[in-house]
Amino acid sequence: MSFSLIDFLQALTAGILVGSAYALMCVGLGIIFGAMRVVNFAQGDFLMLGMYAAFYLTTGYGVLAFLGPYGGPIVAAFLAGPIVFAVGWLVHRFIVSRVTGSGAAASEGAGAYGQILTTLGLSLILQNGALIVFGSTPTAIRSPLSRSSWEIGDVLLNQGRCVSFLVAVVVAAAVYLFLGHTRLGKGLRAAADNSQAAIYMGIDVDRAHRLAWSLGVGITAIAGGLVASSQSFQPYTGFDFVIVMYAGVVLGGLGSILGAFWGGLLIGIVQQASTLVFPYQLQNTCIFIVFLLIIFLRPQGMFGRLSERT
Amino acid sequence: MRTRPESNRQRWAIAAVAAAVLALSLVLRSAYYELVLTQVLLWAVMSLGWNILCGYGGYFSFGHAVFWGLGAYTVALAMIYLNLSPWVSIPFCAVVGAVAGAIIGFPTFRLKGHYFALAMLAYPLAMLPIFQWLGFQELALPMKRETAALYMQFEDPRVYVVLALGLMVVALSISLWVENSRFGMALTAIKQNEPAAEAAGIDTWRWKMLALMLSGAIAAVAGGLYAVVLLVLTPDTVFGMLVSAQALILALFGGVGSLWGPIIGAMVLVPLAEGLNAELGNVLPGIQGVVYGVAIIVIILCAPEGVYWRVLDRLNRNKKPEPRATVAAAPVVALLQPRGTAGGDLLVLRGIGISFGGLRALDQIDLAVPPGGLYGIIGPNGAGKTTLFNVINGFLAPGNGTAEFAGEKITGLRPNRICRRGIGRTFQVVRAFARMSVLENVIVGAYVGAPDDTAARNMALAALDRVGLSVRADAIAGGLTTRELRLMELARALAPNPRLVLLDETLAGLGHEDLDGILGVIRQIRTDGTTVLIIEHTMQAMVNLVDHFTVLDHGRLIAEGKPNDVVRDQRVIEAYLGKKWVERVAATAN
Repeated sequence: MSFSLIDFLQALTAGILVGSAYALMCVGLGIIFGAMRVVNFAQGDFLMLGMYAAFYLTTGYGVLAFLGPYGGPIVAAFLAGPIVFAVGWLVHRFIVSRVTGSGAAASEGAGAYGQILTTLGLSLILQNGALIVFGSTPTAIRSPLSRSSWEIGDVLLNQGRCVSFLVAVVVAAAVYLFLGHTRLGKGLRAAADNSQAAIYMGIDVDRAHRLAWSLGVGITAIAGGLVASSQSFQPYTGFDFVIVMYAGVVLGGLGSILGAFWGGLLIGIVQQASTLVFPYQLQNTCIFIVFLLIIFLRPQGMFGRLSERT
Repeated sequence: MRTRPESNRQRWAIAAVAAAVLALSLVLRSAYYELVLTQVLLWAVMSLGWNILCGYGGYFSFGHAVFWGLGAYTVALAMIYLNLSPWVSIPFCAVVGAVAGAIIGFPTFRLKGHYFALAMLAYPLAMLPIFQWLGFQELALPMKRETAALYMQFEDPRVYVVLALGLMVVALSISLWVENSRFGMALTAIKQNEPAAEAAGIDTWRWKMLALMLSGAIAAVAGGLYAVVLLVLTPDTVFGMLVSAQALILALFGGVGSLWGPIIGAMVLVPLAEGLNAELGNVLPGIQGVVYGVAIIVIILCAPEGVYWRVLDRLNRNKKPEPRATVAAAPVVALLQPRGTAGGDLLVLRGIGISFGGLRALDQIDLAVPPGGLYGIIGPNGAGKTTLFNVINGFLAPGNGTAEFAGEKITGLRPNRICRRGIGRTFQVVRAFARMSVLENVIVGAYVGAPDDTAARNMALAALDRVGLSVRADAIAGGLTTRELRLMELARALAPNPRLVLLDETLAGLGHEDLDGILGVIRQIRTDGTTVLIIEHTMQAMVNLVDHFTVLDHGRLIAEGKPNDVVRDQRVIEAYLGKKWVERVAATAN
């Protein structure tokens, strides 16, 4: 258990840089859970879709060609957002909306689990469908940025990660402003707070849910696009991130967007710091232990509230 | 709960299925088909295990792979490193699964609903990297040529079919036993309304733990045999998401919470996915997962209750509703003797206080209820009445103060313990076990005071008789009127013959004609020797009912005494009607 101060600072900065992408994913998941109270199992797989979208944009379809190797991956990550947003929109329109929102009344039997099971089914289809379409060979987006670093003192800052840090923070801030200050965003929050009351106020709750769902998976896909340039991925990658995302969102407090951001960031730091003490392969196990500790000590998370009535 | 001839029929059905599988294994001509059949049986066992916790108890788990994987690795590692035969290690897997269930359940049962399901997901995903890191990426069971049978290695694949079949029969029998016992009844009650189950004296924690341990043991044993059948293990194939998903999909497809659901699911989906995988696996490598994914979504959208229940409903629809024999007249039970407390009050609250965040919900509440009393607590909305009940019956732990019942301290006890001491309660919003019959609802309440199931049934019938609901004993609780629901809940609270019942707004939402009936029942309860503490916020009915009023407002006790005195108290009028009225009353008095 011996490591130097430099090691620690290195892990801390790496944690913040990686954590920013996690934070963005968590925000995406947080929007969906916050607005719809649906636990989305397939979130990791939409993230994976974002990775592949960014990958094919940079390598196959020429975005890279005129933006060069530096700008290409970043723009591709951005574009992955709207692409997955569109996919999410369709998925919600034809499948998810039937078990959530005003369609939820029909989902008796399996009851409240109907939603979670639907997303589990989606997850299996997306993962295994991706395996059929994209193959199982791990790929990565090659960017010269991710192979070079800035040096501050003895601490190395990976340039690719620094850029993705900036992008993540900007996107998260934009989402936060959108939810707080636009008519659409306020409607979405109202639908989240009390969907019955929102219906009476003339808000189209199903539409608000569709927006939340699509926005949630789109934002997570951008985060996926960002991560894709610094690590390799394959169709099953989504699952590695599901645990990261849920740990982050639960840590922040289920239902809180701001909490989700900080939770994700903290999970990034925990993950990187854990490599100082434990073997590299066990970093996700460490996240899981943090997850359990939260459940034990503060199940409402940092920003959440618990309420139960008899 | 099934009647006896019905469960005998189930036993015959199990035997018939077993015979059919044996016959099938004799007919099948290829080792590959025998392997598929073995897998069908093993997955059926896994799914049956899942069904015990998740189907009967309603706690969905997305992580049953953790038990399956632990079982598989136990058998493989025991054979490789200890040279231990699977004949020994597979039964041992039951212990491994049960212990893992206990370890997992301890922290995880702090969660409910979605949170529980998600946390369960994390366990196999956390095991996966651990086993990879330990260097067990790919584990092959060593071949034992000389002592093959001793190590469960057989030339003839039909032996594995028989072994797996034996396991399935055991799992089915266990499930049948669960369904027909107090265990199953407790799980069903937990599934339908956990707080009500707890308040009715069911030790929910204990039953959930037992269910998870049993469930884990069954899954682990199936995983252990799976290792022997497949011979090669990787962390992904035994701890992977598909394993957990498969356990629940099979049950879901067939029918959650039914004995045959997992079997139907396994018999349809496993061969389908296997077949597609074998035919198209090379071209479309993930086809198995896609099939399961599509299967889930189609089930949820088209038949969320599963094949078994769907077919059962269809059959019952064609059948004429058979006229149920009227319930046998309730046996006359000796009415309770007024049990005296060794001098003094039955329930004593001293300085009870509780805060939620900054809100002081209850502040310095003192209350003493003598045995045989009929006491009322009134107060406007938000006065803290229900909170006070929640403190008395143990849902909430007070920040300060103590509660004593029959001379013993009860603060800090769990609700089911307090119920066992002799405090029953009803809820402001009726908490029924909606899918159970009225009689079953009341039986759940009677278990606390009953030595055995027959006694519980008799006590429940007696309680229904006391509230005058015997005629509806066979009705499903979900279809009752408000009045009937209130009476049923009352009967559930009364069934174990408690010394004190807490009635939370029992009169709310009732019309005039219903009111008189219920008031009569409440008076009779007291006459029979049970002390009553009742919450209301409508004064009128209460003034004539109770012998003592306690008035709460904003968490404080503002007045108490004889009903007629209390309603003239200025503070009470102010709390109910505002200052203006106090002045007006004062003016008219002058």
